[in-house]
Amino acid sequence: MSAAVPTVPHSGTLGAGLVVRAWARRYLPPAVVALAGVVLWELLTAGPGRRVIPAPSAIVVAAIQDYGLLGRSAQATFTEAFGGLVIGTVGGVAVAFASARWVTARNVLLPVAIGSSAIPIIAVAPILNNWFGVLNPVSKMMMAALLVFFPVLINVTRGLVEVSPSALELMRSYASNEVHVLRKVRVPNMLPFFFTALKVATTLSFIGALVGEYFGGTSEVLGRVVLQSMSSGSFPLAWAGILLGAMGAIVGYVAVSFIERLAIPWHAAIRLDEA
Amino acid sequence: MSRETTGTAVTATSSPEQRSPKIAVDLRAVEMRFELPGGGTTVALQDIDLRIGAGEFVSIIGPSGCGKSTLLRIVGDLIRPTSGTVEVNGKGAHQARLDRDYGMVFQAPVLFDWRTVAANVRLPLEILGLDQRERERRVAEMLELVELSGFLNHYPYQLSGGMQQRVAIARALSLQPALLLMDEPFGALDEMTRERLNAEVLRIWRQTGTTVIFVTHSIPEAVFLSTRVAVMSPRPGRIIDVVEVDLPQPRNESTRESERYFELVTDVRESLRGRRQRASNERLKTEGPAG
Repeated sequence: MSAAVPTVPHSGTLGAGLVVRAWARRYLPPAVVALAGVVLWELLTAGPGRRVIPAPSAIVVAAIQDYGLLGRSAQATFTEAFGGLVIGTVGGVAVAFASARWVTARNVLLPVAIGSSAIPIIAVAPILNNWFGVLNPVSKMMMAALLVFFPVLINVTRGLVEVSPSALELMRSYASNEVHVLRKVRVPNMLPFFFTALKVATTLSFIGALVGEYFGGTSEVLGRVVLQSMSSGSFPLAWAGILLGAMGAIVGYVAVSFIERLAIPWHAAIRLDEA
Repeated sequence: MSRETTGTAVTATSSPEQRSPKIAVDLRAVEMRFELPGGGTTVALQDIDLRIGAGEFVSIIGPSGCGKSTLLRIVGDLIRPTSGTVEVNGKGAHQARLDRDYGMVFQAPVLFDWRTVAANVRLPLEILGLDQRERERRVAEMLELVELSGFLNHYPYQLSGGMQQRVAIARALSLQPALLLMDEPFGALDEMTRERLNAEVLRIWRQTGTTVIFVTHSIPEAVFLSTRVAVMSPRPGRIIDVVEVDLPQPRNESTRESERYFELVTDVRESLRGRRQRASNERLKTEGPAG
């Protein structure tokens, strides 16, 4: 009889089915909405005379036609953004540690940092281009770094300083030294703040690099491609460049989120996400 | 204004501890004043004299704001008193802290989110610099003591409030301190959990032989746990009475139902109201409740 036979495989397929269903429940709605958006965009822009906002299909065609130029440009821009992200993050973390440790450093550095974030970035771009060389990618990296520096500094400082007083009393009761407190309390406490800052910084680094490119430099970078295609009326190529830049920022964000999950699996935000 | 009561500064020298005449904590004329932001000072603690024998379990009870937590922090050298002397195990409180003579448990468990249960208990041992084998041995021993051996690799957020506090106790005991300082450790827990953990703390106290100072605002908790209860007045905090708790050991749930237990609870309650006559554990004649 088949009475006993179906039970085992049945529970197996049911388990897999549940996993697939849970997965679908989470990812299907955003995917459907995104797809509908693209379709709607295509339908609204399919007619003739619509030049400024081209249809998605036109953008894809342009991207395929100029894939060589786009590929080289994307590589150059991604390098600038990544370089800026590294420089700004290292600088922000270093200043944060100094200002968390020494009150004098905090009093000296934080006003300077706040001042740096108040500078209109567009006004600085030509200065940085001249300073580091308009053709040198470092000038764009410094633009990105300038944007990245401040959120990293503020968040990491908060993470190092905002430690529960009881935790510090506890460490004091163990007769622990300052290095112990730093390594075992302040740094782990800071990590969630650091990753939050890094997510913001990743997208900011692309903005910084692109703005730098707008103010001159080598021609095979995304900013120049967008600018030149716009002025020559080839809007699909310009949009391909814009979307490529956005994709770079999204990939960076996802990468940071992935590293965050590996580095601080205990973190509350992720726990909520997994629930 | 503070009402004058009989025996303002009670010197609790009448050591009830025949089993150990050694003095674990010796507080003499301790006073604590805080500077007020607008100038002037407020007196938080005044004329604190208290001697605690090794192996004793002493509760400090008093209305909120009376400075009982401050007193505990002074014993643990987390803050320095304005005047007076504090000796722990025959040395200054500062030296005792450097020698890691005491463990602390706060009202909040203060576990580190990024550490597993075992890693939280291990933290003081890492700072002490014990080798890994000894560390793991002690972590296992302490978690067995608080009956959490099955939760070694859990994270704090996966535990209930009561379990988290047991981890905090295991962590405090991992240095095998001579003195355990507990600051309202069960204040945030529900009544059932609190009573279960009270029994557990007594068992741990018997097993380890450590001296315990236990700050609480619960009269039943103080009486059930302690060998003596030090009663404090509202600010400026002074020890206005010390109630000897002569309930037999080991104590259990039937202790809570014994007549002597209720008598002692009443004694402590009347002490808190400043009504109990010193040197008499007799129940006073029933009076109306104090206003």
